[in-house]
Amino acid sequence: MSFVEYGDTIKDGDTAIVFLGHESMFPVKVQHGTVTQTKYGVIRHSTDLIGKKYGSKVTCSKGGWVFILHPTPELWTMNLPHRTQILYSTDISIITMMLELKPGSIVCESGTGSGSLSHALIRTVAPTGHLYTVEFHQQRAEKAREEFREHGVEHLVTVTNQDVCKNGFGVSNIADAVFLDIPSPWEAIGHAKSALKAEGGRICSFSPCIEQVQRTCLAMEECGFTEINTLEILLRVYNVRTISLQIPDLGKAAEDNSSTGFDSSNPSNQGSPCTNLQQGAVQFKSSVPLKEMVGHTGYLTFATKS
Amino acid sequence: RKIIFEKQWFYLDNAIGHIYGTTFEVTSGGNLQLKKDVEESTTETKEAGTDNRNIVDDGRSQKLTHDDIKALKDKGIKGQEIVQQLIENSATFRDKTEFAQDKYIKKKKKKYEAVITIVKPSTRILSTMYYAREPGKINHLRYDTLAQMLTLGNIRAGNKMIVMETCAGLVLGAVMERMGGYGSIIQMYPGGGPVRAATSCFGFPKGFFDNLHEFPLSKMDSLLSGTFSTEALPLEPENSTLLEEESNGLTDEKQTSLQETEQESSHEAAMEINQTEEPETMDINAEDVEFKENKVKENKENVREKQRKQWERRKKLIETAALLREKNADGLIVASKFHPTPLLLSLLEFVAPSRPFVVYCQYKEPLLECYTKLRERGGVVNLKLSETWLRNYQVLPDRSHPKLTMSGGGGYLLSGITVLLDKVKADASNLEALKMEEPSSKRCKVQDVNC
Repeated sequence: MSFVEYGDTIKDGDTAIVFLGHESMFPVKVQHGTVTQTKYGVIRHSTDLIGKKYGSKVTCSKGGWVFILHPTPELWTMNLPHRTQILYSTDISIITMMLELKPGSIVCESGTGSGSLSHALIRTVAPTGHLYTVEFHQQRAEKAREEFREHGVEHLVTVTNQDVCKNGFGVSNIADAVFLDIPSPWEAIGHAKSALKAEGGRICSFSPCIEQVQRTCLAMEECGFTEINTLEILLRVYNVRTISLQIPDLGKAAEDNSSTGFDSSNPSNQGSPCTNLQQGAVQFKSSVPLKEMVGHTGYLTFATKS
Repeated sequence: RKIIFEKQWFYLDNAIGHIYGTTFEVTSGGNLQLKKDVEESTTETKEAGTDNRNIVDDGRSQKLTHDDIKALKDKGIKGQEIVQQLIENSATFRDKTEFAQDKYIKKKKKKYEAVITIVKPSTRILSTMYYAREPGKINHLRYDTLAQMLTLGNIRAGNKMIVMETCAGLVLGAVMERMGGYGSIIQMYPGGGPVRAATSCFGFPKGFFDNLHEFPLSKMDSLLSGTFSTEALPLEPENSTLLEEESNGLTDEKQTSLQETEQESSHEAAMEINQTEEPETMDINAEDVEFKENKVKENKENVREKQRKQWERRKKLIETAALLREKNADGLIVASKFHPTPLLLSLLEFVAPSRPFVVYCQYKEPLLECYTKLRERGGVVNLKLSETWLRNYQVLPDRSHPKLTMSGGGGYLLSGITVLLDKVKADASNLEALKMEEPSSKRCKVQDVNC
């Protein structure tokens, strides 16, 4: 397994995703002799995991079962240990497309944070591209390096521990794209420009506050960036449910059964608990939005270096 | 070649040799000229008003008439000059606020300054362009939805992808761009042949197409049931009906791709158009016997050529069928005008376990059905029905706000991950299905089995 290549069977040292059921999963480091506790019981790595195919069902000691999934950057984003607020796949998707990233691209990123976006970028630029990521917090930088090693992608990424606003990305004139997710991105625009290749490089800045966006757009304009464009993207998820709506009792005329005009002869259910006669229900499949949805992550500002 | 775009016409000849991103001005002769960066006079203190309480919009503020403006254009006066003239001849210009003046100038510039920039094609550019200009051709797939598909599907170098789309080849192109020529793609297609009009607009190097295969949906059933014949055609002439069928399919494809490309915007710098023409029928001088003989020979050669091509196609078909039969694809992308359920249920058979798949549909309801059928089938986890909401912003000092119009809908996605299908126990899969559902506390009290 690797975050940039699919493998078929689970091996010692792999990072695998244990899937328990609806939106419930966690990552696990596969190791001979280790056991993992789940609410369905124990999973013994040596017998239950190593050598099995990814996508297999594993029965735990208490009888319940789980699925073992091959890691992807998207699954990693949903399950990684948060050291900072992270970017989710919705934003990551549009960033990847708007920065025109593809195999072979050279990308610069700051800050590395918890590595959510980093993993996705590495996946996209592999096998011939490279990610230069800058993180000013020393422990986070070190943890990121460790994770990239464990996930088999260290050859595709360079983590630098410095302040991008003061010292830039550590490279010049080679990047196809630059991504900024820092408190004061306008201070790094100049450095971003010098890291980017001579013509046609793309830049993206992610900021939660509109005031930050305004300052950043101004800085971009002053630095000669063109095609400056700000947008935001939000995800709406639906649950698929069979809904049953009762037909109201509008009373009954003396002999007439169907005075309502509503076709209540629709598939009504056998065990209607309603005590009144002649009350059925109509069933239908519906896509029900979640009770609460993410209302804002941040504004994304893109531009081109001319 | 003359390019017509948004009421402008020009020749691209002068553009050759310049780097992508260069901006040109269209001269009165239709030629392109490098645009010189004119310093905007921002330091001058402009005369401006404070609000619009005294500005009456009676349509008479502009002293220049349509004819006046046309006369200026005919004289060959540059767009910048025209805009300047318009400003000077506007009675209300200096009463407008600075912001309103900016807006006015921007609007006039857009109308009268013929400036074009030639850009390198990419998924970003082509998908936004198609969505803005030809959404019908791509089933109203908005570009951010496409972006989600590429990421959710973990599209990357080295994958073996199955793609089924009727989006003029845009989705295929996007997938190919993210794979960078590594790995392989099998494109499923309805009818006679895959439409790849948009794909050719990406300007991919030839090598990218070496590992692009195609397979007709019409042979899907036979492939799944095991009745697909793996015998190669003999080299002898086959029945003529088969020949005709093939060639008809080809002409249809040629026609559609020609039509498609004719309607393309002229932004693409690298557009390969298949200009294969029908074999010309020549008027023969009946007395030229030798010529007739040559014609007969030519016909024989044509027939042999057709047969050879047919044999090649058959060979490729068998090879692609073999690739599919391995049932180890790394992912599946579906974005078509067809109902997604039958496509998904059959195509998932070819995907390996623990691999992502994404289905796009312009409408939500077919995906509801898909979701239900997938739950019944089993072998999938993490099913998610979603759509994205996209909003563009105008960011200017003291004038930042979301833009006035927003896309009403960009389609819906159903995504999930395959797992090993446990075919042994039927009721176990039902249990699984129930387990995968969120235990809804507000579940209807009425018994419902098909939740």
